[in-house]
Amino acid sequence: MSKIIEGLRYSESHEWVKVEGDLAVIGVSDFAQAEMGDITYVDLPSEGDEVEAGEEFGALESVKASSELYSPVSGTVEAVNDELEGAPEKVNEDAYAAWIIKVRMSDPSELDALMDAAAYAEIAK
Amino acid sequence: MDEQLKTTCLHDSHVALGAKMSPFAGFDMPIQYSGIIQEHNAVRTAVGMFDVSHMGEIFIDGPDAGAFVSHIFTNDIRELEPGRILYGMMCYPDGGVVDDLLVYKEFESGYLLVVNAANIEKDYRWMLDNSKGFEVEIFNDSESWGQIALQGPKAEDALVKLFGIEELRELEFYTFYDLEDEEGGRVIVSRTGYTGEDGFEIYADPDNIVEMWETLLEDGVQPCGLGCRDTLRFEAGLPLYGDELSPEISPVMAGLSMFCKLDKPEFIGKEALEKQKAEGVARKLVGIELKDNAIPRAGYPVELEDETVVGVVTTGYHSISLDKSICFALVDSAYAALGTPLFVRIRKRVFPGEVVKKRFYKTNYKK
Repeated sequence: MSKIIEGLRYSESHEWVKVEGDLAVIGVSDFAQAEMGDITYVDLPSEGDEVEAGEEFGALESVKASSELYSPVSGTVEAVNDELEGAPEKVNEDAYAAWIIKVRMSDPSELDALMDAAAYAEIAK
Repeated sequence: MDEQLKTTCLHDSHVALGAKMSPFAGFDMPIQYSGIIQEHNAVRTAVGMFDVSHMGEIFIDGPDAGAFVSHIFTNDIRELEPGRILYGMMCYPDGGVVDDLLVYKEFESGYLLVVNAANIEKDYRWMLDNSKGFEVEIFNDSESWGQIALQGPKAEDALVKLFGIEELRELEFYTFYDLEDEEGGRVIVSRTGYTGEDGFEIYADPDNIVEMWETLLEDGVQPCGLGCRDTLRFEAGLPLYGDELSPEISPVMAGLSMFCKLDKPEFIGKEALEKQKAEGVARKLVGIELKDNAIPRAGYPVELEDETVVGVVTTGYHSISLDKSICFALVDSAYAALGTPLFVRIRKRVFPGEVVKKRFYKTNYKK
């Protein structure tokens, strides 16, 4: 059974969002990391990049396959978790601690389109 | 589960071990148990075992068995002694590959041909269709055999412990012994594999294979899935049929001419391969090492600096043993020389690399 944390918002492509004011902290769910297996590479965007809700902003790569990352919200990349470049396995160790990017949201109402923990639990199985 | 999907004799064990299962070559096969990296490292540093029961076993016998195998096989089996094994291909007349396989020269008479699971029916048909004029029996016995590949520097110890036969240490690379189980059933043990490490392949009836698998598990041998089977063979520079060999990719293109004996009087595809050797081929399989950690995957384009596409990746990984991003790619022959700078397009960006030897990892065979 994969771990799902209450209070976060979730996308259908298995990203989670933690809202901190107008910042969206984005990572991938425990379900996603378990499906992928050992993650060996994280393809990150640059600070200052513009992202659009539903658009690709990077990728996680396991030994076997690559899996694109989709931004759940639109805005500007405020921070990227550089630590993952040298230690991509942190996503496997704790998917909710290993945030990937922080986005300064241009339209926080986009959050309404995301799922809560209960709704996400229905698709993450 | 797909109704058409077949299972091997070890399927229950895979499920009990919690393996991640996935369809491969028509079989429901384990991709990984504990994790691809850990399983990969177990084979490189100790010992791992693979369920390869899906592989095909086709027996050829009869007065013309030797002449027939020589006719369909690119390598030269004419002087092959009983108990010895050769690797090679079956080719179409145009030099494209029907399959790559091992040929075991039996002690009594005839040959055992071990073929890829995905190709069993096709190969069997191919053999039948090309047997006109030869007095041979061709017997597809794939369903009667289970197979375990025991691989790694400690495979020899695990094998000796399993059978209690110290003499198995003497088995040479690419040779085999015939053993008997308690009921008098045949057990074949060969010093072969698909990992770049020392190791063995054990063939026996399915019940016996299940028993051996359980014993090896108790002895602490790491079960390994097809996930690391691919990362291991890839690092060792070994081709996978469908990726690096196919009806479109000949042994000459794949750099496997050493397994095609053009001094043999005759075999299917010989003329085409001779022509390819003499005139050159349009595309060649190369190794590419990237300077970045981004991972080249099958199907990604290979480009020049000016973005001209000159090839395509066939297999690629971030190598577990070498900690580098490397791939096999089929490229225009003009760009196949060692050291040639090439670029791989990964998603929206291009990553620089250069042509390197395909044997990325130094193999550790016991010769």
